[in-house]
Amino acid sequence: MINDSLLRVDNLVKQYADNTAVAGLSFQVREGSCFGLLGPNGAGKTTTIEIMEGILAPTSGTVQYRGAALGERFRAEAGILFQKTALQDFLTVRQTLEMFRGLYDHGLDVAEVIRLCALEKLLKRDNKKLSGGQLQRLLLGVALVNDPAILFLDEPTTGLDPQARRRFWELVESIKAQRKTIILTTHYMEEAELLCDDIVIVDHGKIIAQGAPQTLLRQHFKAVLLELPTEDWTPAARELGLPFFEAAGRVELTTNDLEGTLRTLMQAGIALAHLRIRPPNLEDLFLELTGKDLRA
Amino acid sequence: MKLLTHLRRSAKRLFAIWHARNLEFLRDRTSLVFTLGLPVGIVVAMALIFGGPPRPLFKVGVLGDVVTPASYPFLGERYFQFVPEPREAAAIRSVTRNDLDLLLDLRQRPVRFWAIEDSPKGYMAEKLLLQADSQAQRQPTPGVATRYIDWLFPGVLGMNMMFTCLMGAGYVVVRYRKNGFLKRLSATPVTAFEFLSAQVLSRLALALAVTLILFTGIGTVIHFHNAGSAALLLLVAVLGSLSLIAFGLIIAARFASEEVVNGMLNLLMWPMMLLSGVWFSLEGSPRWMQLLAQLFPLTHILQAARAVTLDGAGPAAIGADLAYLGGTTLLFLGIGAFSFRWRPE
Repeated sequence: MINDSLLRVDNLVKQYADNTAVAGLSFQVREGSCFGLLGPNGAGKTTTIEIMEGILAPTSGTVQYRGAALGERFRAEAGILFQKTALQDFLTVRQTLEMFRGLYDHGLDVAEVIRLCALEKLLKRDNKKLSGGQLQRLLLGVALVNDPAILFLDEPTTGLDPQARRRFWELVESIKAQRKTIILTTHYMEEAELLCDDIVIVDHGKIIAQGAPQTLLRQHFKAVLLELPTEDWTPAARELGLPFFEAAGRVELTTNDLEGTLRTLMQAGIALAHLRIRPPNLEDLFLELTGKDLRA
Repeated sequence: MKLLTHLRRSAKRLFAIWHARNLEFLRDRTSLVFTLGLPVGIVVAMALIFGGPPRPLFKVGVLGDVVTPASYPFLGERYFQFVPEPREAAAIRSVTRNDLDLLLDLRQRPVRFWAIEDSPKGYMAEKLLLQADSQAQRQPTPGVATRYIDWLFPGVLGMNMMFTCLMGAGYVVVRYRKNGFLKRLSATPVTAFEFLSAQVLSRLALALAVTLILFTGIGTVIHFHNAGSAALLLLVAVLGSLSLIAFGLIIAARFASEEVVNGMLNLLMWPMMLLSGVWFSLEGSPRWMQLLAQLFPLTHILQAARAVTLDGAGPAAIGADLAYLGGTTLLFLGIGAFSFRWRPE
């Protein structure tokens, strides 16, 4: 039981005619933390987050915000950045922020939001003329106008180039620094590892792992990872009996005995000039738990 | 106090949506040009049809054989158009419809004539005739005449109002739902009723502006005379627009397909165009048709508008129509808010 939980999800189920998107999820989100909801495509994370946002009704189960069902207070105190959001095409950035600010009784000054999201140079630009990164910054600004106590970010950096993604991370870090609670879904494990204090990994509508990223890594991996280019992974190497995974032009080996594995490879005459040794990261954990097959 | 605070906050949210919608409309150049260009185009078309170069001031029908100014000097007057009329009864009917300003019967002496007493042109034509021929004898005309354009004009305005109200607000809401903007709004404190009310008020301003342009423009061209109160006519326009916009929003309350909404709106508009008395009166048509027509807001708009403009009716005379329009506005908004969906089903 987490005493300082801001949001509590109990036995959440969402049943559609032909599938069960969410199959009994329960977890809590600590106030002031960044909580990551991770999972492969179709795992049920968007359905889960939309129920948590109060946008979608669950088939059964409850979501409580500050100990009460989602209601007026939640809508006034929540900021949401949907995975896909359209704004009014012919409004400028400033007009959009002013419109959304007008929907709340309390919140930040629009000027403050503009500063927070680095929108100063875009104020007179029409929404439809913004680039992907600029639009995401505006949408983050829209989500911040009410100075939310809890901020939902549903795949906020999907489709952004690396620069824009890093810029967005900086913004989220600055929001985190204000001790706001953030709920993040993302496909980028690097992003989750960087930003999240706690994560839940869901698959087929169920939780398969839950905890702090480093704790989960320690729990699931005692090993290190070795990576080699595929062209160096000779037929002889394939006969060594070492468990390996091959994808995207590289071969990956997981081992608890680094010295022994290296000795075996050297004795087999495998070229190790391009060998890379690294500790496992969240992406490895994600693949370990959800499998490496392509999802629809 | 709590209620006041609630109302103030509700009004604030409503204003925010209303203001943004207006800004969006004004920034959408294509839509703006089309919406405002259309009434201007209609004004121009009407000006071409009913305006143009100087025309004869009076149209006079003539019963009898071919006549010349030599045989009857009045026929030489300038600014008169003399139209031979073969049949007396039909010609008299044309006078009562104001198709003719005056009808002369030259088949006998003294000459007989028919004119509408309260028609300014008929009056003037009669004066000029009697100046030229003091022996001419006035004959009684059956019924009271009304210019067709005066009768049609409220119908044209009402029809345009129907298009502006039904199509505009409905499509905007469907587009918002389809592109996910409504979903975003659903995550804010704004309620469906507030959102729909903002759309109604935004569209109302546009509908009134367009109607005013048409009323002023065409009214000037056709010399339209409003026999009643302009303020009362404005009230009819406001309540009528509100009812029609809210009617359209019922259709747009849950769908995310423009095609579906387009079909449904057409389904509503065509019966209204045909049965609400835009082009012709339903007098003499089957009872069921008349009862059906009474369900349409447009019918009550036109009944009230014509009563004001043609008969000079006051608030009491059109009270039932105004009540129907006000009541349906609230009813349609209520149904719209109840059945409203923020996201596609």
